[in-house]
Formats: sequence, C-alpha cells, structure tokens
Amino acid sequence: MIKAILIFNNHGKPRLIRFYQYFTEDMQQQIIRETFHLVSKRDDNVCNFLEGGSLIGGSDYKLIYRHYATLYFVFCVDSSESELGILDLIQVFVETLDKCFENVCELDLIFHMDKVHYILQEVVMGGMVLETNMNEIVAQVEVQNRMEKSEGGLSAAPARAVSAVKNMNLPEIPRNINIGDINIKVPSLSPF
Amino acid sequence: MALKIVKGSIDRMFDKNLQDLVRGIRNHKEDEAKYISTCIDEIKQELKQDNIAVKANAVCKLTYLQMLGYDVSWAAFNIVEVMSSSKFTYKRIGYLAASQCFHESTDVIMLTTNQIRKDLSSPNQYDTGVALTGLSCFVTPDLARDLANDIMTLMSHTKPYIRKKAVLIMYKVFLKYPESLRPAFPRLKEKLEDPDPGVQSAAVNVICELARRNPKNYLSLAPLFFKLMTSSTNNWVLIKIIKLFGALTPLEPRLGKKLIEPLTNLIHSTSAMSLLYECVNTVIAVLISLSSGMPNHSASIQLCVQKLRILIEDSDQNLKYLGLLAMSKILKTHPKSVQSHKDLILQCLDDKDESIRLRALDLLYGMVSKKNLMEIVKKLMLHVDKAEGTTYRDELLTKIIDICSQSNYQYITNFEWYISILVELTRLEGTRHGHLIASQMLDVAIRVKAIRAFAVAQMATLLDNAHLLTGNMQRNGICEVSYAAAWICGEFSEHLENPMQTLEAMLRPKVATLPGHIQAVYVQNAAKLFATVLKSQEGNTDSTAAQETSQLMIERLPLFVQSANLEVQERASCILQLVKYIQKLQQKDVEVAEEVSALFAGELNPVAPKAQKKVPVPEGLDLDAWINEPPSESESEDEQPKAIFTKEETKHSRPRHIEVDEKELARRREARKQEQANNPFYIKASPSSQKVYQDTPGVEHIPVVQIDLSVPLKVPGLPMSDQYVKLEEERRQKERAEKKKKEKKKRKEKRSGRGKKHDSGPESEEDITPAHMVDIVTEEMPENALPSDDDDKDPNDPHKALDIDLDNLGEMAGRRPLADSEKLPVRSHRAVEAAKSPGEDGDAETVATQQPKKKSGKDKRDDKKKDKDKERKKSKDEKKKKKHKHEEKEEDLLRGEVHEPVVQSEGISQVAELPTSTSAEVSDLDFWLSNAPVPSNTQVESPPLPLPLISSVNTPLIHSMNYWSVICCFFSRNLSLYCLPMWISDLFFCLVLIFLTLVFFDTASSLKGHITLSSSILQPSSV
Repeated sequence: MIKAILIFNNHGKPRLIRFYQYFTEDMQQQIIRETFHLVSKRDDNVCNFLEGGSLIGGSDYKLIYRHYATLYFVFCVDSSESELGILDLIQVFVETLDKCFENVCELDLIFHMDKVHYILQEVVMGGMVLETNMNEIVAQVEVQNRMEKSEGGLSAAPARAVSAVKNMNLPEIPRNINIGDINIKVPSLSPF
Repeated sequence: MALKIVKGSIDRMFDKNLQDLVRGIRNHKEDEAKYISTCIDEIKQELKQDNIAVKANAVCKLTYLQMLGYDVSWAAFNIVEVMSSSKFTYKRIGYLAASQCFHESTDVIMLTTNQIRKDLSSPNQYDTGVALTGLSCFVTPDLARDLANDIMTLMSHTKPYIRKKAVLIMYKVFLKYPESLRPAFPRLKEKLEDPDPGVQSAAVNVICELARRNPKNYLSLAPLFFKLMTSSTNNWVLIKIIKLFGALTPLEPRLGKKLIEPLTNLIHSTSAMSLLYECVNTVIAVLISLSSGMPNHSASIQLCVQKLRILIEDSDQNLKYLGLLAMSKILKTHPKSVQSHKDLILQCLDDKDESIRLRALDLLYGMVSKKNLMEIVKKLMLHVDKAEGTTYRDELLTKIIDICSQSNYQYITNFEWYISILVELTRLEGTRHGHLIASQMLDVAIRVKAIRAFAVAQMATLLDNAHLLTGNMQRNGICEVSYAAAWICGEFSEHLENPMQTLEAMLRPKVATLPGHIQAVYVQNAAKLFATVLKSQEGNTDSTAAQETSQLMIERLPLFVQSANLEVQERASCILQLVKYIQKLQQKDVEVAEEVSALFAGELNPVAPKAQKKVPVPEGLDLDAWINEPPSESESEDEQPKAIFTKEETKHSRPRHIEVDEKELARRREARKQEQANNPFYIKASPSSQKVYQDTPGVEHIPVVQIDLSVPLKVPGLPMSDQYVKLEEERRQKERAEKKKKEKKKRKEKRSGRGKKHDSGPESEEDITPAHMVDIVTEEMPENALPSDDDDKDPNDPHKALDIDLDNLGEMAGRRPLADSEKLPVRSHRAVEAAKSPGEDGDAETVATQQPKKKSGKDKRDDKKKDKDKERKKSKDEKKKKKHKHEEKEEDLLRGEVHEPVVQSEGISQVAELPTSTSAEVSDLDFWLSNAPVPSNTQVESPPLPLPLISSVNTPLIHSMNYWSVICCFFSRNLSLYCLPMWISDLFFCLVLIFLTLVFFDTASSLKGHITLSSSILQPSSV
C-alpha cells in the first residue's frame, strides 16, 4: 500500500499532497516538513530509500523518492510494495506529466494542481497502483479533458478567454524545469 | 435561462480562479496569511451563490488552500453540492476536494450515499470512475455497507476501466466492512483471470494485500497464482505474486519446494532488476521455511548470494542498498554464506551514503567471530572517531555494544579489552547512550568475576576524572556512566588500590550537579567504601586515620542531605546519622569496622530482567484484596504524590537493568530509531574533507614525524584499547608457538614417520583460548520460569477482522455456503435487514457486536406470544427435545465422517475418524503440492502436512461446537431453570430453539436426506 504521495520543491513548498490515510491539516504540514528535512539533506548520488520518518508510519514504512530538477517526488509505502517498482512508478508518473503538460515544469504543477491530481488518480487509487501503462494513463486523461472542454462549451468561453489573457503575463520565471536527465538512472524494468 | 447562464459566466469572469489565487499568493509573499484570509472570505461569498460553476471554482480553490495547510472542513456541505452537479467538470472538482478533506468523522458523508450510488450507475464511465476514485479515499463503514453491492456489480462492468477501479476499491470496502469479504470473494477470484491485464493486475493487487495479513486463508489460491506466475509477462503482476508467495511459504513448506525451480529460472532469465530482487527475496524466504537441508538448497543459496553480490557491487546506490537489505535476511539462517563476503560489507562501511552504512552495520552483527571481533571493533572505533553526526555515531556505538555482547559475550576473548573499549566510548561527546555503556559495564563487572579487579581500577580512574568526561553534566547522557562507575567501585571495593582517594572523589561537591538517581548511587556507595576504608585503617591500628575518614564523611554528606531529590536526601541523612554514631563509638575507641562492613556483606548476583515477573504469587496471597478499607473517593488527591514517586522510580531504575538481553536491546534500538528519525539532522552532508584526505591512496607514504611528547596526550590511567589488539596478537602468537613446541616435542617423542601433519594455516575458532579464565555467571531465574516473550499483536489492526475463512466458498464444497444474512445488503433489502438479523448464524468472528443485541430484542417481542403457550407444553417439548438431540447427534456423527470430529462438552468426547478426504479444493491443493518436483536424491519426502486441512476445517468445527455447547448447557442446567423466573427460562428456551433451527439448516444443506425429518420436527416450534 502507498500511504502518501508528496511533491514539494527544493525549498519544501508543497506542490501536491495526497494522503491515503487521514491526517489533520496540521499533521500533514508537519509530515511534509519532516519529510523535506529528511530528503533534502541527501546528496543526489545516494540511494533513494529512506526508513520512514517517525510521523508517518514507522518501521514498516519506507520513503521512496526521486529528485527531478527542482522537485522532489516522495512516496511513502509499506513493505508490500517493491522498492524498485515504486521508483519506476514515480518515473512513469513524471513521464506522464511530461506528456500531458508538454515538457512539464514546476510552474505547471503550481498552477494546475487539480490537473496533476487528476493524472495521479489514473495512476494510483486509494493507495494502490491502478495503472502503470503510460499510454493508457495518458489516453484516459485526455478523454476526460475533452469531456470537460465539450461540457464547458459556449458558457465557459468568456471565462476561458479572460484566463487566457491573464495567463499571457504569467510570471517570467524561466521554464527551466524539465526532466531531460531522468532516463539515465532508471533501473531497467522491462516495459509493461 | 440561457441568459442567466451567460450572466453567471460573465460574473465568473471577475472571480478569481485557481490560477489567479496561486498567482496572488505568489505576489503577496510578505503578507501571505493576510492575503489568504481575504481570499477565504471571497470564497465564502462565492459559495453562497446559486451558480454551480462559481461554487465549483470556489471549491477548487479550497482544495489548493487545503494543501497549504488550511482546514477547509467548514465547506464540506458545499463540496457535497458540487459533487452532485450533473456536469462531469464540476463533479470531478467536488470529488477531488472530498477525497482531500473528507474522513470518517466528517458528518456530511452520510448525505452522499445516494449521490455516489447514482454516480456509480451512471451511463458515463468517467462519472463512475471519478466516484470510485473519490470513494476510495473517504469510504466509511456505513458507505462500505451500503455501496458494497453496487461496487460488486461494477466488478463485472463491460468497461475494463471501471472493472479495475471496482476491483481495487473492494479492498477498501473489505477493510471497512469485513462482512463483505465472503460474498465478494468468488467474484474477486474470477477477476484474477480477467482478459484485461489491468483488471488482472488490480485483482492480484487486492488479493496480495489481503493475503499479506492473513496468509493462511489464501493458501488454496496457490495453484492459481502459480499458473499466473508462470504465464504472466507483466512485471508488476509478477512482483506482486512473488511477494505473495514469500508470505505463503512459511505456512506450507511444500509450496516452497515447488517454487524454487521457476524462481531460479526467473532469476536467470529476467533482465529487470526489480523482478530479480523480489525473486531473490522470495527464494530466501523459501529457504528459511525449509528446515531440512535439500540437496539443491546450497546451490540456491549460493545463487542468491552471488546475485546479491552483483547488486551490492553495482554503482547504483539503490541496488547496493537493497542488496545489503536482502543479505541481512540470509544472514539469520545462513551466516556462513554471507561471511564469505565480509570484504564487500566492510567496504560498504566506508560508503558515503549513510543508509548504506547503516545496512552494512546491521550485517556486521552476524559476521563477527572470536578471531575477527577485535579487528572489526577497531575499525568501527575508527569510524566513531570520524563520524561527524551524533546520530550516526550513536548508531555505531550501539552496534559496537550489540556486536560485542551478542549471545552472552560469546565472541569476547579478552574482557580487559572490552572494558577498555567501553571506557574509550565514554569519551564520546554528546552521545545519548550513556546508559547503554553503563549497563554493559555493570553487566560485565558483575558476571565476569575475573575481570573485577581490572574493572574496578578503570572505574576508579573514571571517577577521578569524572569532570573530564562530563562537561555539562545535566544534559550529557554520558554521565550515566558514572552511575556504573560508582556502583562498581563501591560494590567491589575490596579490589581498590586506593579506596580513600576514590571515596574523596565520590564526595566532591561537584557530584551535586549530577542527576538525582546518580547522586543516590554515589551516596550509597560512598558508604560501602567508607566501610572498606575503615576496615583497612583499623587494621593498621591507626585510630586517628579512621576518625579522620569519619570526619570527612560528616563534612561532605550534609551537601547531599540538602538535595532536592528525595532518594538522595533519604539515603544521605540515614548514612550521615550512621557515621555520626560510628564517630561517637570511635571516640570511645570501640572497633567498629567489622560491624560497619557487615552492613554491606554478601554478594549480589545478577538477576534476569524478567525474573521478578516470573516469581509465582504464594498461595493465599491475594494482591487485589484490600488490606485496609479502601479509601473514600474524596481522598483521591492523595494519589498524586504517589504517582510522581513511582514515575521517578521507574526513571531511576532504568540503568539498573544489569542484564541487557536481546529483547531489551531490540526495544532500545527501536526507541532510538524513533528518536533518530525524529531528528531532522539525520542525514548528514557530504563526507568531511578529513575523510577524503584519509581515503586518498598513498597517504601512508607521507613521512610522519614522530612527535616526542614528554607529556602523554591521553588521560593518564585510561587504557587504550588498541594496545590490547597488539597484545592479543602477541598472545596468540605465543600460544601458537607454544603449541608448535608441544607438537614438536610430541613428534620428537613419537618419532612417527608421518611427516608434516599440521601446517600453520589460519587458526581455527577453537584454537583461540580466552585470555582470562572467564566465568560468566548466568542470571538467576526462578524455577519453572522460561524467558518467553509474550506475543503482542496490535489489537486495533483492521486486518484482524478480515481473517475470514474463504476456502469453502466454492460450489463443490457446499459445506458453509453463504447464509442469507451474509449476502451483501441490497438497497431494497435495507428495511428488512433488521428483521433478518435473527437469522444470523453463529459466525461469531465476523458479526458486528451490535447485531446480537438487536437479535435478542427482536426475539423477545416476537416470541412473547408463543412463549405463553409453550409454558404449558414445556415438559412435552422437553421430551421432544431429547429425541431431537439424539437425532442431532446421529446427524453429526454422519457429518463427522465427512468433516470433522466434534467434541462434546458433556464430558463424553466423541471421537470420529480423522477425515481422509475433505473438500475438493483442499485436496486439490494437496494434490497440486504433492506433485512438487521431488529432489532427485534419496531424501525421504516429508510426510504431507495436515496444515491446509486444518486451516480450512477449523471454522466449522468451532461452530458446531458452539451449537453443541449451547444445547448441552441447556440440558445440564435444565433443573435449575425451574427455579428461575418464568420469563427468563422462556427466553432461554426460545434461544435454544433458534440455535437448533440453525444447526438443522446447516446440516440440512449438506445432507439432503435429512431435510424432511428435520423440517417436520421444526414445524411446531416455528408456528
């Protein structure tokens, strides 16, 4: 079982949190802080597993994380999940994001947290792995987006136009976050 | 209408959407909280509007704020509103928000049941999908009960997208509503062979999760999984199945034998590291479960170790970590095969990655032998010096102590060396494990008699230099060591060279800054020392010296009498009065030394930590009975000081554990890990430059100028453990030389023409003799006491409820088919459900506790009428009942042949033959397992274990026993029933009737021939 999925940046700012077990909001923030402290202290060339923090789980739980450019993707899992399998799942998830957002960067995650959630929902459901085939995930996400668009129809058009205008002057932060180098260190898990 | 919509959306144009909110927050870095609070106000306004689009937008923003840590549960009702929108877009927003912030105690959840049911049956598969995803996050027992049936139907939906989601969510439903497991299981099992790989994978996933907690119920699925394992190409599925087998093999060794071959094939063939790793893990589990040596046993273990070595040698840190992790599993059963890779593991100790170093440390534990212990510990001591973080250093410290003290100091040949290692460890600054070192010192000093003189000398030096090793006493954990030092010096004071000096050291004013429990030990042991000193001084007939000593005590002790700590105060004032009295006697020239030392005569023996608990309570002693009248409620304030005292007491007594056994250590390790994990500085930055410097090759060649210091740098008197390594080496060399001499002598004497028999190869374990004649005193335990540890499982584990027998669900078995009451509640049945519950059979493990209550209440009302009639008929019925019982017995005998022996509680134990054949499925499994490829050599196959039989049989056995005990109970208490008030006996009577009915239904389904009979008997009672 996956107990929690956290995405935060190099400064510990949460970009997406998904707990599959109930914690109060304060506790959630505490867990994020603790996890960030644990993870951010580690070099990039050390292993991606951590014995779970004290707040989340305990001895049976492990933190499995990957660090992409400015973002940390952390999965908290118990012993029924394969460590390397989860690492691969993170990779699948990030690559899916990359496909859905066309060269994903941190800004995409910041401004479209809801969409990231919808994508994640196609990968993991209720703490269990739902789908690992990237094409399948992308296909399902796209169908749902299309539905959303068609439903919006005419009535949503003005709102969309306004938001398009607003988005023109999105903060001029360079879109420097990509996952160019992610294919390097993946332990070879043959394609599903 | 259209106009209204357009107007609404134009309004919406000027509302903030999620992007605007995020942007706003980013632009208000300084006053973020203020900005957000205005945003929340806006959101509250938006939520009040009628337009669902505005509401959805507001809810979407709330979801974002929830992530930032704001409690948004106040909007729960609005979230439900958005969830019930007919548009997919808004529905999705609503469900997302719900899944993020709803939980079991959210009260609006109960409003959602019908909405979710509607969505689940929506023609649009994505509506259903969104509802399932949302539900998986906030399902409650009520929702699970009400929706279980709908989800069950979805498991055979035409779209695989829905099927796989429905299958996955069933696990959550089982957790919240365990009663659904039995009815849903057959369909879940079907899904294992679903044509869609996604659905199949989901089903495997769910069953693996279930089986992990209660593996024995899923043994019968082994053949199916085996088929999947050999046919599937999906690595995810394979990994899950292989992990599942890892959990099943300990229950069924024959399964392991069958698995070894395909697993080894997979290990050889797969290119995926994750799969390889899991295969190795499961092979290890199999090998652990196989107790006896199989011929290809060692081959498999070799293969595993070899593959793991490849992983550890890999440059990928992840593989290295996992390799070490798996290695430690092998270590437990096959230490020999791991020991051959010592080089590799020692190498990992130098790794820059702390996680890897910690794993390697774990492995070291099993690698030590008498021969290499000193060498390994020396290496670890080097690491201790180099380690820059206290956490890692503390870990090293505990590991050193673990390694040395394991299996009763089995590997320590020289205890002087060990004591000096411990003393060296006390020089660590800021460690939290002072108490661990202290308990080791105490343990060794007490149990190894030969070492006492040395230990006392060391401890005396420690006490003398106490100020050196305890800088800031209060905060420093290391001061615990002085507790041990003081005690050892006091208890074994006869070994002290200069007791007077030690006594003075113990009575220094600075001692008063130590924690209370340590001061108490100081005071007590000062008294012991005082006795020793007096004895020696009186022996010299030097009465003035003795009087001076008393004077010293009288001068110093008042400091402790003033202590705030009760324990210290009490001891100090007692001893002070004693010394004053002694002084009086001394002034009268009375010899007191003998009497004073008699106070502390006798030797303390080590006691096992659990010994106290095992002492049986003497007969006639009732610890729960009040000695005096219990105090009245108003006196409860008196409890307060008592509680404080006991609390302190436990704190103090902690270092007194003189025996650190495995469990204790494990517990401490656990606690330490907890603390360590708490520490945000757990992971340390890159290795220090110092280490890099030391690692650089060729450093040895740089000439090092020997600085001739006239003053030794180390604290005088403190031993250096390194010298022992050398000494030990020399000693061994000498021994070897002596041995050789002897051999030569022998050879000379014998002059046999054998030639060179022994070449001086590496010495074997037995050759190393301990330096001291070590007499390790074992702890005392009361008779008949076993150091067993109680198995404690978490009683709150939700998976406990899922321990449900699933084997006999198949159509063939028919032994315990689904009872009506077990079927999942369907919507239309809800109203009737309560009335149905009396029909619940004795499925005691799964039935919720509230139901029996309902039952009795209902029965009372329903049966009141009948009861009156029956009162008169009672005697008649009685007879019938007896007949009834006989038939029952007969039936059961018949049944027993097929099923199981029934034990009667009347005292007549009815022994039926052990079943030769049980349900088809079980025998299937047996057949499948016995087909396991038997190893080619002559090894006799182990007799078939009755394990699967038992696991499938025990539940019905218990049930029929329940019925019987009730019936028998009824008849045996028959007479007394007449004395009870009428209505109680009536009630009881009815209950018995209902039970009987159940028994008959139960048996009737398996024995058709008896149906007519039983129903005819039942007629009168059911009217």
